[in-house]
Amino acid sequence: MMATTRREFLKTAGLSTVSLVFPLLPSLALAQAGIPGAGILSPAAPGSLPALKARRWTMTVEPRKCRPACTDCITACHLEHNVPDFKNPKDDVHWISLERVGHVFPAEAHPRLPDAIRGLSVPVLCNHCENPPCVRVCPTQATFKRADGIVMMDYHRCIGCRFCMAACPYGSRSMNYRDPRPFIRKINPAFPTRTKGVVEKCNFCEERLARGMLPACVIACKDKALAFGDLDESRSPVRLILDRNLSLRRRAELGTGPQVYYIL
Amino acid sequence: MLEKALKGSRGYGIWVAFLLLLVAVGFFFYLRQLDYGLGITGMSRDISWGLYIAQFTFLVGIAASAVMLVLPYYLHDFKAFGKITILGEFLAVSAVTMCVTFVFIDLGRPDRVANLFLYPSPRSVLFWDIIVLNGYLLLNIVTGWTVLESDRKGVPPPAWVKPLIVLSIPWAVSIHTVTAFIYAGLPGRGFWLTAIMAPRFLASAFASGPALLILFCLILRRFSLFDAGEKAIQTLVKIVAYALATSIFFVLVEIFTVFYSQIPGHMNHLTYLFAGLEGHHTIARWMSVSAVTALASLILLLIPRTRKNESLLALACIGVFLSLWIEKGLGLVVTGFVPSPLETITNYTPTVPEMAVTISVWALGLLMITLLYKIFITVRKEE
Repeated sequence: MMATTRREFLKTAGLSTVSLVFPLLPSLALAQAGIPGAGILSPAAPGSLPALKARRWTMTVEPRKCRPACTDCITACHLEHNVPDFKNPKDDVHWISLERVGHVFPAEAHPRLPDAIRGLSVPVLCNHCENPPCVRVCPTQATFKRADGIVMMDYHRCIGCRFCMAACPYGSRSMNYRDPRPFIRKINPAFPTRTKGVVEKCNFCEERLARGMLPACVIACKDKALAFGDLDESRSPVRLILDRNLSLRRRAELGTGPQVYYIL
Repeated sequence: MLEKALKGSRGYGIWVAFLLLLVAVGFFFYLRQLDYGLGITGMSRDISWGLYIAQFTFLVGIAASAVMLVLPYYLHDFKAFGKITILGEFLAVSAVTMCVTFVFIDLGRPDRVANLFLYPSPRSVLFWDIIVLNGYLLLNIVTGWTVLESDRKGVPPPAWVKPLIVLSIPWAVSIHTVTAFIYAGLPGRGFWLTAIMAPRFLASAFASGPALLILFCLILRRFSLFDAGEKAIQTLVKIVAYALATSIFFVLVEIFTVFYSQIPGHMNHLTYLFAGLEGHHTIARWMSVSAVTALASLILLLIPRTRKNESLLALACIGVFLSLWIEKGLGLVVTGFVPSPLETITNYTPTVPEMAVTISVWALGLLMITLLYKIFITVRKEE
């Protein structure tokens, strides 16, 4: 028993060393396929790719590409991040949801919008604001912004005062009003579960980026309605889209600088 | 002096026991909340602050009672308030204690409360609110207690108290201002995003706090031998009347700005508050009670004949308290969340455990007031 464990440990350690020495091998193959980290959804992927880095992580959303009633992005995200499903709106915790255009862009919606647009379901998530009000109000710096723009949550520091929820102009944050663990369909051991009493939200899959993989929702979307990349990189997937389309950001007039762009 | 709170009449004992019982019941429900999580309350993803934070907001106002006595007495040498200044300070002590308790029981992870001090965040208004609230608590405990102690010994208060008392005046303004900034500094909540929030807080505070103090003075006159004096009470009445009128004026100013400019993001909230939205009328009904009570009380306080009648005065003060409690302790917080950023209207109904916990914190505050006032009365009697 002891010996097997030891042997297995050495094997794993050896493999890890190999991937440390030749970290470029898998990513080279992926680079040929187009996007680094593409196609990898399993969080327990063996080995580790070099981390994806950017000066400003950005997402573009093209809801017109979405298949009706598709919820693949939500499912992938919630499985990846151990998001519980309480099956009631009061305790609800979610990182992505689908909302009507009129609710996402109340200022832009009007009665003469074509039905095809008015009826769209628009994926909404944390905007990873350039100037995030949630970070400003947090009394313990449990929520903070990284240099690459990702707005993070420290679940071990959050005291659950919910000031950030009041401050977020997008309704992107959820509180664990109850112990979430019994309500997680299948626990992903690679990502921490939360305790009751802390706030959580989308993290742009920073844990996947660190292992060289694109966000789970982006990979899960078969219609390529979601793109992800560096806003400061002229050849990044998001720039290819933003450079060619009129894009909208949610409540941009508030000066929060959302980094999720919508093409409608 | 503390021992003076231990001996009292039979009625005093029953009252204290009753309050202790309420505290115990609430504590039991709080333990259940600790076990189950804040989901035991009526709060939800959309309405993430409820009764607890609303009580905190309202009680910051009650704490203002002190400054309305301290300022005329210490800065303008208005002698009539000399007898009751300590009552105001003790009311402030109890009110701020309730505030801090309400913030604490609203935390999802109260076990991590020390993080507020381990990772101080000066960019957060909550950080400053905790500083000003605890500072105000300390100032009022020290000044009230020291002055009473000197009274007991029959000596003038020590010289070092006076600067602290003077400091407590701007400090009282700061607790309202900073608490208002918690709300008024949020970009996405049109209802709270108004520069008049802090002035409104001050105006309603200077009405509700002194109104409660008048009620306490009337109760003390009936159940103990302590008489605050007609001049002191009638001066307080005028303060309440002016502050209430200012408070109503500020609300009307808000209503004008919102409904004349007709910006939907601001209008929706006020429509919900005063008329109801899409069939959700509960808060609007409460607010109509608040509006009627405020106007009726104002009339009673303005007419000299009615405000000099003890029963009508008591009625008017109850009215002021009730009206402003509905406005701040119910309406102000919840309405900021309705409609939500995604334009949904969610109902919020406090649950039984939530109400029991809320009542118990109020009972705790009343208990503190009872004990402190008992000490005060006994010291004054012995003089």
